[in-house]
Amino acid sequence: MSKSLIEVRDLTIGYTSKRGDLVHVLQDLSLQINPGETLGLVGESGCGKSTLGQAMMGYLRHGSQLLKGNVRLDDHDIFDLTAQELEAVRGQKIALIPQNAGNSLTPTMRVGKQVLEAIHLNADVSDVDAKARMLDLLAKVRLPDPEVIAARYPHELSGGQQQRVVIAMALAGLPEMLVLDEPTTGLDVTTQAHILDLLRDIVAELGTAMMYISHDLGVIARVSDRVAIMYAGEIVEDASATEIFKVPAHPYTRGLLESIPRLSRAGIPKSMPGQPPIPGTLPGCAFAPRCTFATDLCTSESPKLETVNQTTHLVRCHHGEETIATDFSRELEQVYHTVEHRLQDEPALELSDVEITYYRPGIMDRLGRDSEPPATVSDLTLSVQRGETLALVGESGSGKSTIVRTISGLLPAKSGRIRFEDCDLTVEVDDRPVDLCRNVQMIFQNPDASLNPRHTVAEILDQPLKLYFPELTRDERRNRQVELLERVRLDGRYRLRYPAQMSGGEKQRVAIARAFAADPEVVLCDEPTSSLDVSVQAAVLDLLADLQRERNITYIFITHDLAVVRAIADRVVVLYQGRICEVGSVDEIYAPPYHPYTETLLGAILEPDPATKPKLLASDTPELGPPAQGCVFQRRCPYHTEICDHESPSWQVSELSNRHRIRCQIPLNELTNAQTDVIAA
Amino acid sequence: MTVASPTVEQISTVKRRSPMSETWEYLRRSRSGMIGLFLIVSHLLIALTSPLLVPQDPLEMNAEARIEAPSTEHLMGTDRLGRDVFSRSMLGGRVTLVVTIVAIILAVIWGSLVGIALGLLGGRIDEVVMRFVDALLSLPWLLILLLVVSIMGTDMWIQALTFGFTYGILTIRVARAATLDFVTREFLLAARARGESTRTIVMRELLPNVRDVLLVDGAMNWSWMLLGFTSLSFLGFGVTPPTPDWGFMIAKNREILAIQPWAVFGPVIMLSTLIIGINLFSDALAKAMGLDRSQGAPV
Repeated sequence: MSKSLIEVRDLTIGYTSKRGDLVHVLQDLSLQINPGETLGLVGESGCGKSTLGQAMMGYLRHGSQLLKGNVRLDDHDIFDLTAQELEAVRGQKIALIPQNAGNSLTPTMRVGKQVLEAIHLNADVSDVDAKARMLDLLAKVRLPDPEVIAARYPHELSGGQQQRVVIAMALAGLPEMLVLDEPTTGLDVTTQAHILDLLRDIVAELGTAMMYISHDLGVIARVSDRVAIMYAGEIVEDASATEIFKVPAHPYTRGLLESIPRLSRAGIPKSMPGQPPIPGTLPGCAFAPRCTFATDLCTSESPKLETVNQTTHLVRCHHGEETIATDFSRELEQVYHTVEHRLQDEPALELSDVEITYYRPGIMDRLGRDSEPPATVSDLTLSVQRGETLALVGESGSGKSTIVRTISGLLPAKSGRIRFEDCDLTVEVDDRPVDLCRNVQMIFQNPDASLNPRHTVAEILDQPLKLYFPELTRDERRNRQVELLERVRLDGRYRLRYPAQMSGGEKQRVAIARAFAADPEVVLCDEPTSSLDVSVQAAVLDLLADLQRERNITYIFITHDLAVVRAIADRVVVLYQGRICEVGSVDEIYAPPYHPYTETLLGAILEPDPATKPKLLASDTPELGPPAQGCVFQRRCPYHTEICDHESPSWQVSELSNRHRIRCQIPLNELTNAQTDVIAA
Repeated sequence: MTVASPTVEQISTVKRRSPMSETWEYLRRSRSGMIGLFLIVSHLLIALTSPLLVPQDPLEMNAEARIEAPSTEHLMGTDRLGRDVFSRSMLGGRVTLVVTIVAIILAVIWGSLVGIALGLLGGRIDEVVMRFVDALLSLPWLLILLLVVSIMGTDMWIQALTFGFTYGILTIRVARAATLDFVTREFLLAARARGESTRTIVMRELLPNVRDVLLVDGAMNWSWMLLGFTSLSFLGFGVTPPTPDWGFMIAKNREILAIQPWAVFGPVIMLSTLIIGINLFSDALAKAMGLDRSQGAPV
């Protein structure tokens, strides 16, 4: 084997908790990365991925300490270097690309100048040369018009463009290695696919090594040569990407791979109960409590990271050889189970010609508002059946949140009609009768934000009960709380907990219980699983499906993850720039003819399989404003023709089903001929 | 090496405590916080009980015993008029404490109300009021206080009102900033989507979250206010003589500093121990509540 670029040996990092105990984050972790190699680092949250990434740069978080081991770069221990030496290493040897690009750029400085600074910091060049390099770098990260972009301030760029600028800055010192900490999390799928494409090309061209940290196995499969799986501060499996995804040898890796909703398979995957322990606190294997194959040996003796079958495949498991011998693809077949829906042909919600625009801010309207104004929505006609799960899909700015917030009464509709039973939903929540509020409930994306950190679970659940069922006595409400907790598969004793004392999945269950406390008819779900680890995502999806069946509830489900949509939805609405592009059942949406935008979205999805490659159709350039006339998607459409510039497309109804409708100028049969089936491919 | 070892199972049975009791736990283990609390409580006790305990009448003048050095009879000596410095120092904080405590409560209440309202309302009202607040804060506050006191007189309650109003302006900014921190949180949005009344949203959802910030800020402001009040009385606009008062005592006795330094040291020691106590306590309180960002997020 060639000499490794960076080598981590027996690294143990810990911090002293508020109570004064020493808590480990990394435990005897060893890892090496070879020149030019891309290593994907995967694990649930709290596994120590980011701590490892920072340790490789010689950073220790405030309060953390190096307890054992070292990080060797060029025969130096990075923790032995002086501050000046470290400064030289960072940027020129190894550079970090953080998650949120917007936060790592200075808001008051033109981006070109920030890249220039990075260049001057790393090389002694003249101003003229530096400027040329800067424009060169911006071009290299595929920013259109480098001169124009260089003169802009960070807020004038889209998230994807900001991330490109940060990549350009990291490349300024021609580092031998990049550490990327979830650099595409929070970006749209299409943007993500473009950025990953860019990174792959850059490392191939410059021979840079990468350590790519992510929780998303699809992303990891796309970029990595080799993958390391992290669990409780340790590496549990380390092998080539193909081996990890085809013949995973650690039960944890298998569990992760089996918990991802896939485009290629319908239905909800299997979840993995439990959560990682604090590193170094269990006598045996850290994964043993969650492992279905655990034996007495596993709980008593800690396994070592060893090769299986004399290959380079490293596994930390006593039963690695047995696991690897069982056929994973067959195992995967049995994982996905479809959910059954009891659809009734009776509309629960009817929206016709709804228009939502920017509006005047008033009292209490600032709640939950980010700096970004809501997207405008127009010409929205839609009917949602009772007991149905309707998915709203689209990139950020497509108006899906705006629609849901209007239905929940947080935003007023400008015109049009929204009817639920005999009630009007175009008015804001303050003007709605209490019983109408009760019937329309909402589950938010991030339970950390949607649960009040100062309230116990009992208080959280008590609020809707008090508001909607004032006739209940204290004791009745308490019984109801326990009942609700049990319905979301939590123990009644969780009543006394605070949100901070629960895991992400548990918190989201409480948030779901709060919505169901109202005994609603319609539940609006705003990406309820996107902030959760994959291992619990499936469990939450399952729970939502079960609750829906119990009371025949209607769901409107917002998500950007088309694999999740395939797993749970009945019908899909694809939105672009506040307008519907395509409506149809799941099967119709996922097979040609597609609306060009749907095809773009589907093409950008990353499956957890290194053999698949995303199709990058449309560019990821953001829209600067809605087109004055013609089709809203014209600027990015790969099938763009002249007529699209002038005429707004009308609805085309599929020959197979009158409920599958596409709004596009191009005849459906032409689309079908030009497109390949994303799922079959 | 000892390592905390809660396993998956143990975590679920760990004793659960409310944020309040956790704050108190932390505070109790903080040495500086406890020293601060001890100093504050001692001062309150002295203020409450000193009229009964002081060895000498603080108002009694004695022409025979002017500017005397400390003795067993006069622990800190006497001032120019032959009054007992020790007794006067013990009693000198009574008016100050009453005025500042009443004033700080007023300041926190009205400042928070306005600040929270502005944070929630936003828009033009927020803009206008905040610019007004900025303008007020740019004025030399000692002059304003002097002006108000010279117009309104040195009545204790009027002073409490004046101080409460002035220092409440500082609280407005803090309360508004704390509210803005939470305005975008989804739990407030969730409450609104449920159809909760504005009152419930503010009282049940928002207030428990901004409470910590307001408490710490109030404690810090209290020490500033003490300095402010003492400055006024140093300038002769505080407590009406002959009632003993620290600021006024320092002002009067500094002329005899070289001869009888204890006449100044007495009130200075009293004032500084109180202010140090408040600062130590509010620092520890901020840390215990996890508001001290330089120390990183509480783990």
